[in-house]
Amino acid sequence: MAAAAGRQPPGPAEGEAPAAGREAGAGGEEGEGRAKGGVEAGGCYLALCARPVHFEKANPVNCVFFDEANKQVFAVRSGGATGVVVKGLEDRNPISFRMEDKGEVKCIKFSLGNKILAVQRTLKSVDFLNFIPDSPQLEYTQECKVLPEKRTLKLLKNQSINVNWYMYCPESSVILLSTTVLGNVLQPFYFKSGTMSKLSKFEIELPAAPKSSKLSLSERDIAMATIYGQLYVLYLRHHSRTSNSTGAEVVLYHLPREGSCKKTHILKLNRTGKFALNVVDNLVVVHHQDTETSVIFDIKLKGEFDGSTTIHQFVLPPRSIQPYQIPVAGPPSVTSQAPVPCKLYSSSWIVFQPDIIISASEGYLWSLQVKLEPVVNLLVDKGKLMDFLLQRKECKMVILSVCSQMLSEPERGSLSVIATVFDKLNNEYKKYLEAEQSYTMVVETGLSRSNPLLKRPVRTQAVIDQSDMYTHVLSVFTEKKEAPHKFTIAVLMEYIRSLNQFQIAVQHYLYELVIKTLVQHNLFYMLHQFLQYHVLSDSKPLACLLLSLESIYPPAHQLSLDMLKRLSTANDEIVEVLLSKHQVLAALRFIRGIGGHDSISARKFLDAAKQAEDEMLFYTIFRFFEQRNQRLRGNPSFTPGEHCEEHVTFFKQVFGEQALMKPTTF
Amino acid sequence: MVSGGCRPQAQDGGGGGGRPGEAARSDPSQFLHLQPQARAQRGREKKILFYHPNEVEKNEKIRNVGLCEAIVQFTRTFSPTKPAKSLHTQKNRQFFHEPEENFWMVMVVRNPIIEKHKDGKPVYEYQEEELLDKVYSSVLQQCYSMYKLFNGTFLRAMEDGGVKVLKERLEKFFHRYLQTLHLQSCDLLDVFCGISFFPLDKMTYLKIQSFINRMEESLNIVKYTAFLYNDQLIWSGLEQDDMRILYKYLTTSLFPRHMEPELAGRDSPIRAEMPGNLQHYGRFLTGPLNLNDPDTKCRFPKIFVNTDDTYEELHLIVYKAMSAAVCFMIDASIPPTLEFCRKLDSIVGPQLTVLASDICEQYNINKRISGAEKEPQFKFIYFNHMNLAEKSTIHMRKTPSVSLASVHPDLMKILGDINSDFSRVDEDEEIIVKAMSDYWVVGKKSDQRELYVILNQKNVNLIEVNEEVKKLCATQFNNIFFLD
Repeated sequence: MAAAAGRQPPGPAEGEAPAAGREAGAGGEEGEGRAKGGVEAGGCYLALCARPVHFEKANPVNCVFFDEANKQVFAVRSGGATGVVVKGLEDRNPISFRMEDKGEVKCIKFSLGNKILAVQRTLKSVDFLNFIPDSPQLEYTQECKVLPEKRTLKLLKNQSINVNWYMYCPESSVILLSTTVLGNVLQPFYFKSGTMSKLSKFEIELPAAPKSSKLSLSERDIAMATIYGQLYVLYLRHHSRTSNSTGAEVVLYHLPREGSCKKTHILKLNRTGKFALNVVDNLVVVHHQDTETSVIFDIKLKGEFDGSTTIHQFVLPPRSIQPYQIPVAGPPSVTSQAPVPCKLYSSSWIVFQPDIIISASEGYLWSLQVKLEPVVNLLVDKGKLMDFLLQRKECKMVILSVCSQMLSEPERGSLSVIATVFDKLNNEYKKYLEAEQSYTMVVETGLSRSNPLLKRPVRTQAVIDQSDMYTHVLSVFTEKKEAPHKFTIAVLMEYIRSLNQFQIAVQHYLYELVIKTLVQHNLFYMLHQFLQYHVLSDSKPLACLLLSLESIYPPAHQLSLDMLKRLSTANDEIVEVLLSKHQVLAALRFIRGIGGHDSISARKFLDAAKQAEDEMLFYTIFRFFEQRNQRLRGNPSFTPGEHCEEHVTFFKQVFGEQALMKPTTF
Repeated sequence: MVSGGCRPQAQDGGGGGGRPGEAARSDPSQFLHLQPQARAQRGREKKILFYHPNEVEKNEKIRNVGLCEAIVQFTRTFSPTKPAKSLHTQKNRQFFHEPEENFWMVMVVRNPIIEKHKDGKPVYEYQEEELLDKVYSSVLQQCYSMYKLFNGTFLRAMEDGGVKVLKERLEKFFHRYLQTLHLQSCDLLDVFCGISFFPLDKMTYLKIQSFINRMEESLNIVKYTAFLYNDQLIWSGLEQDDMRILYKYLTTSLFPRHMEPELAGRDSPIRAEMPGNLQHYGRFLTGPLNLNDPDTKCRFPKIFVNTDDTYEELHLIVYKAMSAAVCFMIDASIPPTLEFCRKLDSIVGPQLTVLASDICEQYNINKRISGAEKEPQFKFIYFNHMNLAEKSTIHMRKTPSVSLASVHPDLMKILGDINSDFSRVDEDEEIIVKAMSDYWVVGKKSDQRELYVILNQKNVNLIEVNEEVKKLCATQFNNIFFLD
């Protein structure tokens, strides 16, 4: 049970969007009429979600609250007496109820699962209301751990610290307390299953030595977010006139569960003014109100490493959030009205972690989204583009379209660029295969019971396997036949090279694609050389494909037989191939060489020998089987089960009855 | 008419050289050629397009040519499609070859001589059965192929400027080429005229593929590329038949010529003056000698490929870094400029240097893994007609341009005889010969492959020899379908 509510003194209550909500910089005093400075129309890579939560906008009788943990908006009319409406991004059915107006509501939120409602009306107490079915809805007031069945709360732990302000991150269950006079020493606590553990405190470096001993670190400039599975404290360090920095920057402190918090990344904003932070899809988004643009940072991309911290520039040029049309509500008859464009970067916007933007004045709650398609054209360096895309959640189709694009005019990439892209894809693909393999191994050896933490590796969209590449990129590309065949083959070989480099077994359909392309252009000698160096790995399907090429390229026969031989599981196929070419003796010698001559069908060989229309050959084969019969059964004659009567008759016809082998008796 | 002189296996003590009674001639053999349609209107002499040695008196030239013409015409009566290929006489063997319609090449090779002493006087005896027809007729065919590689067809020369141009081209080419023929050391390998492939693992091979593709992309005028390492082929963008003769040129002529300065330590290939600190070992084997000299000539040899089909004329650029050599072939209509050569050098040089050391490293690793470092216990020659792959543990490189067999010539002759037997039938065969002094020679033919093994073991019988060869096949050829 989340019991943090109300334990700490609440933050300064602000009229319209109070308590739990904080604005990270986008203060309301700036006017709305600022011109959009140099914002280009195209390439908006950030967008507000299409289905926002709409709520009654804040006004003197309607107070709006946001709960970051459940991502719910509370619209409280007249202190709850005329209704409370709770809406979340995920749950489409709003909860509405009434409660007694016991004074101004400072903060209101649900416990996880909407079971208990907590309402703060005074500085020192919190009121609770059970929302459990069949449980009386009576309010009770307390200060600590909640026991709904007893309608009491329980004290978990007591810590005495002088606190300037606090911040709670529901995702990671970590609370951050600002201590000391300057406020820049932060003390984190971690909650887990009813216990609270103190993590080591750390100090935020302030831009310049403060002149006076007053609170110098505002909670507005601090955010907490999980990026790539790790918790970070983000500090928006404003441009200081005394230091010669070129603008504001965001400093990331990595806050591990164990060990101390370290400054790891600096995100350069190269501008000054009012900023707000979001974290979307592991990207740090920094909104700049003055220019009405946003920039994004990816801490996994390469930056300048100075020995302890990595300095990052923004990945893409600054762009505005994609223009958003407010749907006009009302009966269908009036919806012909043009939708109203929404004012972006409005001063009434409030930003919450990780990806929430609320417009209190218009009554909307959006989640922020990153759109990958526009990124493709903004990041010219394909290698960097791949690094960026591979870290995104919904990347698969975009990556595949980038691959298709770089293979065809007008934006055909050079082979070295193509090679780089393939290597990046296969690196990710290999990582997954390895994880999968070691998981399977652990499960098979039964070690999984001793390791309960073991989880099946998750296949993210960044795992682009051979079948994806084949279906969406390579087969389409080879079929289009736009590119010169040299380029087509070079691309296929490059992909095969990359797979080999990462020691990924190549699927035979890729080889078939290579062979098909080579055959189409009569490049048989090339094909021959590839096979000679075993670049196209052996497999039965491939051997059969080669056999089918024999009529247009005779050496394919030899290549195919060699391949079957190397497979060592295709002895039957070898015999069939030889027999089909009337190389009966060769087939027999082969099967004898591998010791399988006692179990082969005499009829099959005699049939082939007869078809060869070579009497001596027939004689030899016939004699061989007579000898086999003699050896195995002590009699040279064939048994009825062998169905060789027809051949015995033929033998007698050609060579005479006396030529039949006489049974030897011992 | 092309005529050349060659002296095989001179057993008369080498140096002296002269044929008895013809001491004046240093080269005792000849080449004869016919161009029959010229017969009616012009004299026989007109038909001689090239004759070596040129000092031969005109009447003798005419006589010799006449003889050849007569023999070919005569034998045509019996076999219109396959006239005589060679003529055996006491002193000589004559080889006839009609590479293009109505153009004949004839090569006369003198039989080896043994000097015997009878009553204190030296007596010369011709060894009429020593020479192998297949070896020398192959040599003659290669003469044509080599000519064609650098000059195009005879017919094309005639079209370009008539007999005069053809004669000039023949003279220019064969004058030098005939001197490089080492007829004494010709053997079975000349029959195959195969290609030695460099053994390589898949990954390194793919890296080379990738390198070639990227080079062809950057140097977009490049039409074909071939890649060699240690004088062995790894990749050919040219068709097989063209590569076969180009390979012969590279390994018997171009590379050996550049080997000696390397061995002598001159021509230090590191060029530190390269801008952008791109130190590399790359250098041109054909074309410009010094890229920093603005007046340097960017002239490359021209070669002719696909002459049956598209008839392409190309510039041959051979560029080498350490043991890795790349042939870039560009269309002859685009003359390579110094600027292009510099670009090539700056792009190819550094990458090829890295690649060459990669190949070397990988090759050594593979050799260690497969345990192939041990001296081969078997002496064998392997040839695959399908891909022209050739492998010999019999031949050793004695001088840069000649590889000599390390076994007795008599054994080599047995190999040649077995080969002739094989070429007469289509079916798979196996021939085992007991040679002198505990030597056994085994020839095996399976599909398109031929294998010749020489064994030297005391007191072994046929079965044991057969077992030995099986063992060899199991170790050396286990990855191919080779019937036992």
